[in-house]
Amino acid sequence: MKSHADLAWGAATAAAMVGALYLAFVWVPTEASMGIVQRIFYFHMPPFVVAVVAIIVGMAASVRYLATRNLDWDDWALASIEVGLVFDTMNLITGPFWAKPVWGIWWTWDARLTSAFVLWLMFVGYLILRRAIEEPGQRAALSAVVTMFQFVGAIIVYMANRWWRTQHPQPVLAGGEGSGLAPEMRVALLGCLAAFLVLYLCLMRLRLRLARLGREVEGLRRTVHSL
Amino acid sequence: MRELLGPALAIARKDLRVERRSKEVVNAAFSFALVVLLLFSFTFDPSGDEVRTMSGGLLWLVYAFAGVLVLNRSFARETQNDCLDALVAAPASAAAILLGKTLANTVLLLALEAATLPVFTIFYNVRWDFRLGWLLVVLVLATWGFTVIGTVFSALTVNVQLREIMLPLLVFPITIPVLMAAVQLTTVIFTGEPMEPEMVWVRLLVGFNVIFTTLAGALVEYILVG
Repeated sequence: MKSHADLAWGAATAAAMVGALYLAFVWVPTEASMGIVQRIFYFHMPPFVVAVVAIIVGMAASVRYLATRNLDWDDWALASIEVGLVFDTMNLITGPFWAKPVWGIWWTWDARLTSAFVLWLMFVGYLILRRAIEEPGQRAALSAVVTMFQFVGAIIVYMANRWWRTQHPQPVLAGGEGSGLAPEMRVALLGCLAAFLVLYLCLMRLRLRLARLGREVEGLRRTVHSL
Repeated sequence: MRELLGPALAIARKDLRVERRSKEVVNAAFSFALVVLLLFSFTFDPSGDEVRTMSGGLLWLVYAFAGVLVLNRSFARETQNDCLDALVAAPASAAAILLGKTLANTVLLLALEAATLPVFTIFYNVRWDFRLGWLLVVLVLATWGFTVIGTVFSALTVNVQLREIMLPLLVFPITIPVLMAAVQLTTVIFTGEPMEPEMVWVRLLVGFNVIFTTLAGALVEYILVG
């Protein structure tokens, strides 16, 4: 089923990724205090931004589904949240690799880390729930409702964690990443962000097609059973 | 307002009457709470002074674990004899059903919490000189927040495979702010520190309850009716 469009998307994603690697490992200068480890940042923060974009897309698709009852929107919600989980996982894995040499520990229950982990658990809960419901219409409606609760929940979890941290200062505080980024670093960061967005779009195309095919197979199985 | 409150109170009364006569959930949940209290004693030195500073966390973990058992039964009980279909077909809006169930669950959880608290204070040497009024406020606010989410998800998972696992998996991450606020406030109440700096947590509880009660009322129609 490979089409020219698939090849074009694959080639564009590969080129963007090679460009991102070049920017992060060759082009951008090494950070003064943290050294070479800081380069992980370019593959740490962009996936998180993409994960947030993916949730917003998934949330919007869920709302659209409840309004229209068109299962295509359910495919969108599923695809975006599943692909978003991949990016969120990448963010959670690259984080400790940076934290160990810089903070001296793999993990700390800081506001952002805790919230990112809670967000990851919500994604996982959503996907497990989907697998536990057979009927497509019911599955779509219930998971759309869950997405809305989790979306609002994630925002409050983040706020609560910020207050929690200000009450209990952690031994290590996150360095202000956004503050005063050197111009070259900003270029590298934006370049990597663009590359990950292209990867997201590429994966979304494939996952959407897979969701539609999955639904078709489900329908065929139903037809066979009813014979 | 009358269309909402009338059926809601009737459903709450029904649930509480069923529970009063069968006692199927509260007995089991209370016994489970005792088991959790016992298990905690092996994870740290139960006679140490630092227990007081983690008392809020211990207490609310017990409440959360035992509470999920109560919530799991809330809608599962209605699956026998197709009671849930009758309930949805009754002249009560989905929001009224949710409100009634949430009220009943809140009363049950508060009863469970009230029964567990004395045992907890005995086992973990918490002195009864804390501010009981504030503790009541925290118990009511946090229990409502936990229950409203728990009841919605109880309705959502009632016909789902692996229901008993799905409910805590979905409920705990969303209710983390409630548990955090409850843990923080309860610890402050037990240790006797001033309440003023902690008012942000009371506001969080109130805000959480308002936001999620509204959201639950608006979305429960999609869960129960489809």
